[in-house]
Amino acid sequence: MSDAHSESYKNYTRKCLLIFLAVLCGTGLMVGASFASLASGVRIAMILTIACVNAFLVAGHLMHLISERKMVYIVLVFTVIFFIGLMGLTIWAHADVPHLKGV
Amino acid sequence: MDIPYTVKPRPDTGLYNAKIGMWLFLASEVMLFGGLFSAYIFLRVGAPAGTWPHGWLNVTLGTINTVILALSAITTLLAWVALKLNQFPRYKVFHALTILLALTFLGIKSYEYRDKFLHFEVQLKDGRIADGHMVENKRDADHIVLHGHYVENRAELMDGHTKGKEHTELKIPRADIKRMQNYGPAHNNFLGIYFCLTILHALHILGGVLVIAYIWGPGSKMWFTDPERYTNRVEVSGLFWHFVDLVWIFLFPVLYLT
Amino acid sequence: MHATTQTMPHDPAHSAHHEAPGFWRSYIFSIDHKIIGIQYAITALAFLLFGFSLMAMMRWQIAHPGQSVPVVGPLLATLFGDVAAKGVMSADLYNTFGAMHGTIMVFLAVVPLLTGAFGNYLVPIQVGACDMAFPRLNMLSYQFYFVGGIIMFSSFFIPGGAAQSGWTSYPPLSLIVPTDGQTYWLLGMVFLITSSLLGSANIITTIIQLRAPGMTWLRLPFFTWAQFVASFLLLLAFPPLEAAGVMQLMDKVTGSSLFLPTGLAVGGKVAEVAGGGSPVLWQHLFWFLAHPEVYVLILPALGIVAEVIANNTRKPIWGYKSLVFASLALGFVSFIVWAHHMYLTGMGTTIATFFQTTTMIISIPSVIILTCLLISLWGGSIRFNTPMLFALAFLPMFGIGGLTGLPLGFSASDLHLHDTYYVIGHFHYVVAPGTIFGLFAGIYFWYPKLTGRFMNEFWGRVHFWGSLIFMNVVFMPMFAQGLAGMLRRMSDGGINYSKAQVGLEGALSPTIMELNHVILWGAVGLGLSQIPFILNLFWSIKHGEKIPNDNPWDATTLEWQTETPPYVYNFRREPIVYRGPYEYSVPGCDKDFLPQNQPDQPTSKP
Repeated sequence: MSDAHSESYKNYTRKCLLIFLAVLCGTGLMVGASFASLASGVRIAMILTIACVNAFLVAGHLMHLISERKMVYIVLVFTVIFFIGLMGLTIWAHADVPHLKGV
Repeated sequence: MDIPYTVKPRPDTGLYNAKIGMWLFLASEVMLFGGLFSAYIFLRVGAPAGTWPHGWLNVTLGTINTVILALSAITTLLAWVALKLNQFPRYKVFHALTILLALTFLGIKSYEYRDKFLHFEVQLKDGRIADGHMVENKRDADHIVLHGHYVENRAELMDGHTKGKEHTELKIPRADIKRMQNYGPAHNNFLGIYFCLTILHALHILGGVLVIAYIWGPGSKMWFTDPERYTNRVEVSGLFWHFVDLVWIFLFPVLYLT
Repeated sequence: MHATTQTMPHDPAHSAHHEAPGFWRSYIFSIDHKIIGIQYAITALAFLLFGFSLMAMMRWQIAHPGQSVPVVGPLLATLFGDVAAKGVMSADLYNTFGAMHGTIMVFLAVVPLLTGAFGNYLVPIQVGACDMAFPRLNMLSYQFYFVGGIIMFSSFFIPGGAAQSGWTSYPPLSLIVPTDGQTYWLLGMVFLITSSLLGSANIITTIIQLRAPGMTWLRLPFFTWAQFVASFLLLLAFPPLEAAGVMQLMDKVTGSSLFLPTGLAVGGKVAEVAGGGSPVLWQHLFWFLAHPEVYVLILPALGIVAEVIANNTRKPIWGYKSLVFASLALGFVSFIVWAHHMYLTGMGTTIATFFQTTTMIISIPSVIILTCLLISLWGGSIRFNTPMLFALAFLPMFGIGGLTGLPLGFSASDLHLHDTYYVIGHFHYVVAPGTIFGLFAGIYFWYPKLTGRFMNEFWGRVHFWGSLIFMNVVFMPMFAQGLAGMLRRMSDGGINYSKAQVGLEGALSPTIMELNHVILWGAVGLGLSQIPFILNLFWSIKHGEKIPNDNPWDATTLEWQTETPPYVYNFRREPIVYRGPYEYSVPGCDKDFLPQNQPDQPTSKP
């Protein structure tokens, strides 16, 4: 076990702890935002933005997605496209029902 | 039977089998929860005005659970790092922590469920609604006792942030009751989809705990015969664990905060 | 053992304790992909026959409503009691059979045959691997499938019978039928979906990770490509249905109303539910799977047909790359066409236009694939054996199925055709004389690899001609009935509807009604035509003509380059691949085929 090897893992451990703190801060911010007196649309957008940042920290660093292999990226890119398709088109279809217009 | 690339990554893809397998599985999990989140939005957007409740869930408990899950994500990573550094006892400690934290999460979750199942909305024949936690509900008694308050209109119950009147012990004769229902999945669609999402998530936690417990306990013999493969197993189970955490990162704000 | 070494792992000490497991380990709890493939095949073929017999009884009821079902009537009365009193199929029983016919055929018969049986058996050998990437998971996915099948099958015999609300299980109907059949259906589906997810992740990993040295992506046989795309469809499209299934289970078991609208009235009374749910949501989540499912049904069949055609025309597949990229495009677009099943839900014109456009776009890759296969026949010296006959018949039958789908893709014409027999005719042409002919072609083609014997050629032809003729007798009249306005799912075949409308616009003419008898006799003929197949399948195991060598069809792909039946780890030495999958009739070679693992001639070596 070389020192460089164990040194790189020590750095990684430090990074993980920082991410944990960042996620904690994010959670705190979310809870705080939920009690802020803002228009509900703005509030929801704020909360979901923070959630996305938290999710990025977990997926990117803890799951090592920022330095993953091409094959994993290909799989996930398609998954995300289909996920957006599922959610987007379903909601769009819901919004486009004629008698709901203007309600 | 020796299948290639169970331990070493295949040169052209840079992945070992279990890792790509786990990512494929997670891709399908993304679509599973994607379907449920789409359903959530669909139901929420489609709910008639004033029927979608806010602030019905305990934010404190939700926050604690978020922290617990985030912490367990870190411990599972530290466990993996310990294996990479050849520190098996340290690994045992961290992975045990992961299991304990996960069980705590499930404990808090079941407490929240219990709270919902004991919480009743009682419609009286005079049009009023009694809302509160069941204190006494004996089958042979001619009354029930609720710790709560009366409201005139169901709409008053829709926002949990605005606390109504002081809660007191309400003794309600059974003869006055028109309809009595607890805050279970059948209560309304918010609770329906809340239970659906969180039960499915809790089942994932449970599955993850079982797998991690196997790897930690009986499966850990492999460390002494094939340490590299064992480390891979811990890494792949960690991927799943982080995904479960990831789902909760969205479930918490969506259900508790918005 | 690292893959850089050339030999496959089979040192004697190692295989000694592997090759002498008992009966249970070898055949029931086997982790050998070949055994699991055969397990899938046997179970799925049994369900195929069962699903067919349900349909045969329904066709009797449609043609002769209210008359006792011949032959099996007394059996029905004994098994189901009141709903089949005196052997007459009641509307409830008809609905049960209809729902379960669809469910069984799609989820328990055809898809498991294509991906579970053919995919499991052939994909690892075709890519030159010793097994699937996760053998234990493979066994588990068969077991999930089996349990799901048992749940579905046993639901026939619970009080109230199996699910009655169509294979689509649209709420609110599926939720207000007061029996437990739907709960069983949902539980069964959860098992089947889990099985599919595990299986497809396994097949994809196998193709990505375990390709033999030299087996580059564009040297994969088209069958493997088709399995690859189909597995991705299963992997990503099934989970939303699993989510919807769990939600419907919540509604059914806990009384929530995720799919039940406000103000729902059942039997003239407002239902005791919270309401606020959306039945259309189920349709979105259901069709998000069920449309890609169509391509799961068709792609592996196209793969089989491509293999059989290349082999029996003795020339390379025309446009191999076009086939591959067209199937990738097909898979991609199939995720964004689903709502063309839902034009009647009151969908707005903008979103309907979107889905009409994508539906028309998806016909382009389908036509590319079919055209490639058709042009592949050009100039070939075709060997007309049974697998080839089925493969050839597949092309026009699938063509009819595909082209009749176009009017359903346009909302204007779909408004008239929706839920009529036209739809039934359309998708059965795709799946029955389409996919199932592909399956038959595959069974006749790969049977010698499994057993070392050919299936009988004469009875194979009897099977083929009978099936071809009677398939068309069954399904062609449905187009006429549907265009005339006969609705599907009517337990009396439309006789009451027709009587009520006499002399009015929209009444079904006697000619249209008479077609019900034609279809019934077509179905009987179709059933009889399967008898030679079933007998042939079993008889030939022991008595079929022995194959002259391990490669009786002179084929190029790897599964024919190993022994028969394949060695437990498929190959004695790890194969090395030097060429593409369809090098037939290469000029200047002494044989008319070059196996994928045959090195170049010494003279041509650099």
